[in-house]
Amino acid sequence: MLSGVSFSVGKGELCGLFGPNGSGKTTLFKCCLRFLHAERGRVMVHNEDISRCNIEHLARLVAYVPQEHKPPFPYLVREVVLMGRTPHLGGFFGIRRRDREIAMDALATLGISDLADRPYNQLSGGQRQMVLMARAIAQDTPLLFLDEPTSALDFQNQMRIWEIMRDVAGEGKTILACSHDPNHVAWFCDRVVVVGDGTVVAEGPPEDVISEAVLGEIYQDVCSVRMLDGVQMVMPRCVAERNGKQESSRPLHDALFVGACGEVDAGT
Amino acid sequence: MTEPTGFNHLLKRLGYETSGGFGEEKKIVILLSLAAVLFITASVAVVLGTYNITVAEVYHTIFTHLTFGDVESLPKLHNTIVWDIRVPRIILATSVGGALAIAGAIFQGVFRNPLVEPYILGVSSGAAFGAALGIVFPTIFFSIQVFAFAFGALAVTLAYLLARSRGETPIVTLILAGVIIGSIFSALVSLLKYLSDDTALREITFWLMGGFYYATWNDVILLAPVVIISFLILWSLGWKLNVLSMGDDEARALGVNPEKYKFVVIALATAITAFAVSLVGIIAWVGLMMPHASRMLLGPDNRFVLPASLMMGGCYLIVCDTLARTLTTAEIPVGILTSILGAPYLCYLLRSKGRVIFG
Repeated sequence: MLSGVSFSVGKGELCGLFGPNGSGKTTLFKCCLRFLHAERGRVMVHNEDISRCNIEHLARLVAYVPQEHKPPFPYLVREVVLMGRTPHLGGFFGIRRRDREIAMDALATLGISDLADRPYNQLSGGQRQMVLMARAIAQDTPLLFLDEPTSALDFQNQMRIWEIMRDVAGEGKTILACSHDPNHVAWFCDRVVVVGDGTVVAEGPPEDVISEAVLGEIYQDVCSVRMLDGVQMVMPRCVAERNGKQESSRPLHDALFVGACGEVDAGT
Repeated sequence: MTEPTGFNHLLKRLGYETSGGFGEEKKIVILLSLAAVLFITASVAVVLGTYNITVAEVYHTIFTHLTFGDVESLPKLHNTIVWDIRVPRIILATSVGGALAIAGAIFQGVFRNPLVEPYILGVSSGAAFGAALGIVFPTIFFSIQVFAFAFGALAVTLAYLLARSRGETPIVTLILAGVIIGSIFSALVSLLKYLSDDTALREITFWLMGGFYYATWNDVILLAPVVIISFLILWSLGWKLNVLSMGDDEARALGVNPEKYKFVVIALATAITAFAVSLVGIIAWVGLMMPHASRMLLGPDNRFVLPASLMMGGCYLIVCDTLARTLTTAEIPVGILTSILGAPYLCYLLRSKGRVIFG
């Protein structure tokens, strides 16, 4: 499935993992988290080979935000977030007041304290994704793996999640996040690893990697890269071409994009 | 909360929160009330029976025994009926009900399915086959209990081994394996029924319906300690079980080894189920309903669901068994009553709270 994949992420970096459907991003994640065993090769976290450390220890090094799903039992949101503290617990049940405070703080960080007493499995997909993010923050690990953390979110919450990821990276934690949106990756990540067909296609800073050449290779020439107000924008080629031809007749279209970019600038 | 601070301190050491927004003080009060209800139910049940003994005489007999008083001075008949028949029968019903309900809560949590019951992995069919062997061939299979337990455990072991591949036991495979093994043993039970004479056939049928007809202190001494110890171990894993019910991958990411803990909790839940079934036969519904009822009262957190299931399961079987032995002059098999009383309850659940409980 995967071969010839080799890259490293430095401390405090926000690294985007980018690639088309079925290219092996999730498989790569699962290997890194030891859900799957790699036939060859090694995954090192903090100079430790993860195939040698046990599950309890690994959970104190790496937090994982899965793609959202619906569990069968109506756990309250605060209980789900408290589950993030599990690797740090000891004793009979081992939950201390401190753990509850950390869980509630994580909810506050994401601005979803008002959801604390709602049953988790009755929330919308986007809300559940925010809760899972809060859980990963409560887990308080030096490394976070996020599997499409913004896939079910509205635009405002997508930006909030990316900003939180930037803040978390600013605290010296390392984040590896999958995303399907080249713009998100280009705007927010320090580095990008592009995966295509089970191998690394390109790797480096986003301004180099998110280029028409690379995107053309993985997406068969549907993308154009333009600069707008000094910000790199990826847009569908058909839209870019239509826009170029009809610019004089449709001035509003351009203005909309600039508006969106302005909001993003404020956040970064 | 009016409990002394020492009690509060103990709760905190256990990891429960008595203040702050987690609402756990309310749940602890509910747990204590359930314990009180269980105690009251047992106290009432011990007075009821076809043979009329006054309330005062019943409690005098029990009190004399508990305080190591002069047992010889008690009327012999009262002593036999109350202390040798009713009391062990009630304690046995509590233990069996508790065991089945805990096992149900565990299986539902591990299999991430609120419609699972403790017999899902074939323990009941295996135990039924063992018991039927004991009934039909008493010279070879000398003890119904021993072989019921052995075959119950064997069935689950076979299902587990059948489902296990490359160090993993996926839940769907495990349930399918349980269904397969269960149906094999059911077929074997039918074969034995076909081969047996009328007396044995009747006995098998009665065994399959479950009952506490022959409850003795020996049964209590065997079962109760096992149930209590297993409960304490499972209870201490309550939080891990919560994490496990989120799915294998997430449990792994949260530092709970799914294979290890699945094995431990399934083994313990199977052991107490097989043990309970081997002593009293197959009693349906308790293991499915009581965890639900606990979740309705206390939410899905297994740190609360497990003790609540234990007490509610015990309570429910005391009520059913008391009805079974007092409704008519002849005894009704308790399994019939648990089903008749249980089904409407589940209908009510499905209609009123279906969306919350079943997701």
